[in-house]
Amino acid sequence: MTSALDVAVARHIGDFDLDVAFTVDKGISVLFGPSGAGKTLTLSLIAGLLRPDVGTIAINGAIVTDCARRLYVSTQRRRVGMVFQDGLLLPHRSVLDNVALAVRQVGGRRARRDVARTWLERVGAEELAQRRPVSLSGGQRQRVALARGLAGEPALVLLDEPLSALDTKVRRELRTLIREVIISSGVPAVLVTHDAEEADELGDVVIDYDDGRVTGQHAVARPSYPEPPLENPAGTEPS
Amino acid sequence: MTRGRAFAQSLDGNQKAVAVALTVLFGFGLGFGVAHLMAGSIAYWGVVSVPFFITLRVALPATVIAGVTGVASGYVLAKGRFPGRDLLESLGSLPIILPPTVIGFYLLEVLSPGTRVGGVLTRVVGHALVYNVDGCIIAATVAAFPFCMRSARTAFEGVDVALEQAARAIGLPNWRVALQVSLPLARRGIAAGLTIGCARALGEYGATLMVGGDINGKTRTMSLAILDSFTTPERNTMLLILVLMAIVAMTGVGLLGRSRS
Amino acid sequence: MIALIPHSWLNAFAIPPWIWNPLSISLRAALEATVVVTVAGVALGYLLAKGRFPGRGAIETVFSLPMALPPTVVGYYLLTRLGGPGPIRDAEVHLFGHPLTFTFAGIVVAQIVESFPYCMRFSRAAIAGVDPRFEQAARAMGLSRWRIALFVTLPLARRGVIAGIAMAFGRAMGDFGATMIISGSAPMATTMPIALYNAVFYGSHEQAMVLALVQVGVALTILLGVGRLGRVRPW
Repeated sequence: MTSALDVAVARHIGDFDLDVAFTVDKGISVLFGPSGAGKTLTLSLIAGLLRPDVGTIAINGAIVTDCARRLYVSTQRRRVGMVFQDGLLLPHRSVLDNVALAVRQVGGRRARRDVARTWLERVGAEELAQRRPVSLSGGQRQRVALARGLAGEPALVLLDEPLSALDTKVRRELRTLIREVIISSGVPAVLVTHDAEEADELGDVVIDYDDGRVTGQHAVARPSYPEPPLENPAGTEPS
Repeated sequence: MTRGRAFAQSLDGNQKAVAVALTVLFGFGLGFGVAHLMAGSIAYWGVVSVPFFITLRVALPATVIAGVTGVASGYVLAKGRFPGRDLLESLGSLPIILPPTVIGFYLLEVLSPGTRVGGVLTRVVGHALVYNVDGCIIAATVAAFPFCMRSARTAFEGVDVALEQAARAIGLPNWRVALQVSLPLARRGIAAGLTIGCARALGEYGATLMVGGDINGKTRTMSLAILDSFTTPERNTMLLILVLMAIVAMTGVGLLGRSRS
Repeated sequence: MIALIPHSWLNAFAIPPWIWNPLSISLRAALEATVVVTVAGVALGYLLAKGRFPGRGAIETVFSLPMALPPTVVGYYLLTRLGGPGPIRDAEVHLFGHPLTFTFAGIVVAQIVESFPYCMRFSRAAIAGVDPRFEQAARAMGLSRWRIALFVTLPLARRGVIAGIAMAFGRAMGDFGATMIISGSAPMATTMPIALYNAVFYGSHEQAMVLALVQVGVALTILLGVGRLGRVRPW
């Protein structure tokens, strides 16, 4: 079986040196370490927003970056979903249209909106569909951002400190939700955090980062979760 | 080479086509213009030097006056907390888009010895302020002022407030904070505004025509003189000077602007 | 150029012809110029803000030259390029049946050239000010560059872009030197600034007052709107 993500890259930026290699399977993999350790940079390299100096990256066995062969698949064609710390929802679109923008598996405005609505339901934000992003609370914003990150049926979803901007109570609530939604969607995820509790609670695997290097990798013992459904997770069929 | 490749990779097919078309257009235009201008000869410098020095004599004082008043009012707009600032900025910005003939008309209303205000002004100054270099300087100052003011305001607003507070905390009075902290930090944006203001002063046409009177050898600046030389051989010399001045000015604005990010 | 607005506007308020004629010519010319300037200026502004190619600064400088050149020089170049013998004039005759100099279309061209830099520079500044992470997020969503530009970047930059379009419209309305030269004082091309000039030196003082006041009103409205749209650094 091919692994969900294979990374072996090095990149030099200013005084900072990143040189990491790891392999993860389905489920949630956490990149854990202090800020400035190179976790977010790694996500940018996986997403193809930046190019490594040397190395290769493969998503689901498909090579997307190979410096030796000068192969760089564009971000658009990597089929990654991204969730950012501050959500980055577009202020000029409604919540529903923000999510619909990410839907790529079906054509037509109505069909895309239908898919988007299903995803808003799955993150418990269906009543926010017509709201503007500025009127959302931090927790609501991140729910919508999660829906948007998954709505395009990505091969891999990348979450960059998705809970760090929230207060403790909301954070706890959203941890459970993120884990549930991602695991049931069957999409492998890489999540960046500097919070140890969050790493343990969310991750199936935790990869320790320090100063641009991987210093350890361990699996988190947790009860087995149900197998993801085999059919289209976006719910284009009536559920 | 690497920059070229990075460029190519940063664009998709359609954008590439647009970029290539623009570059070709730009190259042709520049080559054509330079060849055309070089056809003019410096032999006509004798004729051209008269309006040239009148232009300098008008534009330089105008830039200094507009610079000082523009930077001062830009500072007040950026740091002051009073209602009506936006209205004041809009009023001060009027000369950017107001037709120069409107400016000329109002300047004549205020400066002509025949009008009420103008009569008082003429007596106070001791001589008329229209149909001489003073009138041209005033017209050019008005044209340059809004660019100095607007860029000063944005530049001052971009200064890190913490640095100004720190200066105040060590006991500097407000005017020293303004001159020794804010002004040096905002200098690039201000310099860009002064440069474009100077270019506008050099090129002012409509108001200068109405207030200065277009008197040969006295108030006929280059922007006015070019009209009379459309059919004469010194035309190319004059165009060469004017186009070069404009290129220098806009390159300066570009360089000052670019390095701020 | 573009028949956007019917030539005979409904003069609903029975405005006297000495205001109405130049005002309708000015509005129509400036609107047509603004349509062209908006499309071309926003597109070039986008390219200058987002492209990473050598010569960007030079292109911006060249297309900004009308800001720094005397309007008479701009008018002179347009007169000789559009009206002088050569391929450009042949193309005009082929397309319009006559050269554009001394016609209404000629002043539209002059206003396009004079107002283009404002739209381009405001758009460039506004687009460059958009947080690039929004665009990165959109790329990760799989949006094409065109869709990112239309659905993400331009909406986020819209205030500055609209301010630039408004400034360009104001500059087009306010152009005097270039319009005067390219129109050769043809009555079809007597815009507001030219009408004011004529009123000051050959007409009545009352008419001049009114014409000036109307133009101050238009310019002040535009600038107040631009002020509310917020701050970009176009120069």
